[in-house]
Amino acid sequence: MRYLLAVLALAALATLPMVFGDYGTGMLVGLAGYVTLATSWAMFSGPTRYISLATVAFFGVGAYTVAVLNEVLPYPLVLLAAAGIGATMALLVGLSTLRLAGIYFVIFSFGLAELVRQLITWFEVNVTGTLGRYIFLDLEAKHIFWQLLALGAATLALSAWIRRSRLGLALRVIGDDETVAAHSGINLARTKLVLFVASATIITLVGAIQAPRWVYVEPSIVFNPTVSFLTVIMALLGGATRLWGPLCGAVPLFLLFEWLSARFPDHFSILLGLMFMAVVYALPDGVLAALEKFRSKGNGNSATKPAKEANA
Amino acid sequence: MSVLLETQGLTKRFGGLTAVNGVSLTVRRGEVLGLLGPNGSGKTTLMNLISGALKSSEGALLINGKDMTGAPPHRIAKSGVARTFQLVKILPSLTLEENVMVPAAFGPDRLWGRALKAQVAECLDMVGLHARAGQQASELTYIDQKRLELARALASAPKLLLLDEWLAGLNPTELHEGIRLIRELEQTGITIIMVEHIMDAVRALCPRCAVMNSGTLIADGPTDQVLSDPHVVAAYLGEEDA
Ligand SMILES: Nc1ncnc2c1ncn2[C@@H]1O[C@H](COP(=O)(O)OP(=O)(O)OP(=O)(O)O)[C@@H](O)[C@H]1O
Ligand SMILES: [Mg+2]
Repeated sequence: MRYLLAVLALAALATLPMVFGDYGTGMLVGLAGYVTLATSWAMFSGPTRYISLATVAFFGVGAYTVAVLNEVLPYPLVLLAAAGIGATMALLVGLSTLRLAGIYFVIFSFGLAELVRQLITWFEVNVTGTLGRYIFLDLEAKHIFWQLLALGAATLALSAWIRRSRLGLALRVIGDDETVAAHSGINLARTKLVLFVASATIITLVGAIQAPRWVYVEPSIVFNPTVSFLTVIMALLGGATRLWGPLCGAVPLFLLFEWLSARFPDHFSILLGLMFMAVVYALPDGVLAALEKFRSKGNGNSATKPAKEANA
Repeated sequence: MSVLLETQGLTKRFGGLTAVNGVSLTVRRGEVLGLLGPNGSGKTTLMNLISGALKSSEGALLINGKDMTGAPPHRIAKSGVARTFQLVKILPSLTLEENVMVPAAFGPDRLWGRALKAQVAECLDMVGLHARAGQQASELTYIDQKRLELARALASAPKLLLLDEWLAGLNPTELHEGIRLIRELEQTGITIIMVEHIMDAVRALCPRCAVMNSGTLIADGPTDQVLSDPHVVAAYLGEEDA
């Protein structure tokens, strides 16, 4: 029954490009992209509480992989290559950084995107001599939307599965108390690494799938730090520890940001920064959690309720 | 009885301070050992070395005959060691049931599904928290948090249980109850090392005692003998009120 509903909902969503036309479909691509980014970001950062600003590092690598390989390999293999590169990079980054305490991880993850961007720029200028590449793929916006829709659905399904698995329990324990986790037999380093790699691989794929939208790609375009910040705000606002939280944050915020960036192009980064701080300070657990807390205070029967809903 | 735990010259330095100094200790299966010593004598640090929370600066740690020197805590937990903490550590955002589930699911037996449920129920039952299994752990009072911590430690069905002042901070009725609980555990044949300041509890529960002073083991033997040892008495002098 549940699966049937899910399939029907997906089918309905897949018809949206026919309804909305070209401009609307372009928006849908961005929207599906951010929903997937926020959901996969929360897969790792929600339970572990590591705020990662490395989103665009992986996203950009995905996009750049497509830019480099699109004329060399068939499209499915290009995607596979992007996923492989993203996973390998996440493995290396994870092995070297997941031992860092929270704040150092934030700084490192932010630096990572810049580092990767500089490395690619250096390589293109000094070795290949081509800064900037074209993507010639016969993919329309709706094709890209369908791919993102499938990836987003798969991401949600994976998150739902993790929640019910041993891995999900391990993550919640790690989020509460790492010492207890370790003394209960949980391998902290491995658990975090698995999640980080899964999350980063999906993020890389989002970048790869969206790349053809640009046609022309260069490092400064695909490694735009705004992507990392937007993802964090969306996931945190909706609630990074909830399955549907990131989606609930991503949909309204994407629309808001589209409007803001069109309306106030010069002040967009300031608005974004303010929003980032407001969310991190005021609603670290997300709007859904805040609403629940508010409601249960009204009802007087406090914390048993969110617990039940979180399990459902 | 076979040897379960052996430390050989275990030493831990924090900068210039030697918190544990060449401690060699052998604990056999089924023994209940009281670990005593004045404040700051290194008892908790020794427990941390055994549970893997800290890595020793020198010396060796053998559990069940296997060399576990320098092993991370999750590996030591998997080899059948469980503990409680001097400063109680519960998992506040999880329910009682989930708290207890954790070591059962990730410990030596890696239980899941029905077997896990049964084990959790049994452990919560043992400490009298069964009826509140679905409650959030953060809502518990101090004594119930201590109970929960014990249930959680027991959930992995450990061979060796480390209790760090588990009885501290309880009122007389609760203390009585706590002693009864540990005595019940002893009957199951589990091996226990308990750090304890309450002498009545030590006398009631531990046939054997080891005493530390400034990081060094100064006595080890039958409880009566150890407690009347002049070195031990001297070590406690000046904090007679403890
Ligand atoms: N992580 C640490 N870093 C630095 N010094 C430490 C650390 N842990 C313990 N110490 C020091 O090591 C010594 C032994 O401490 P420990 O906690 O093992 O004593 P204890 O016997 O458990 O005392 P108490 O009865 O008060 O619990 C103390 O001087 C303490 O300050
Ligand atoms: Mg202590």
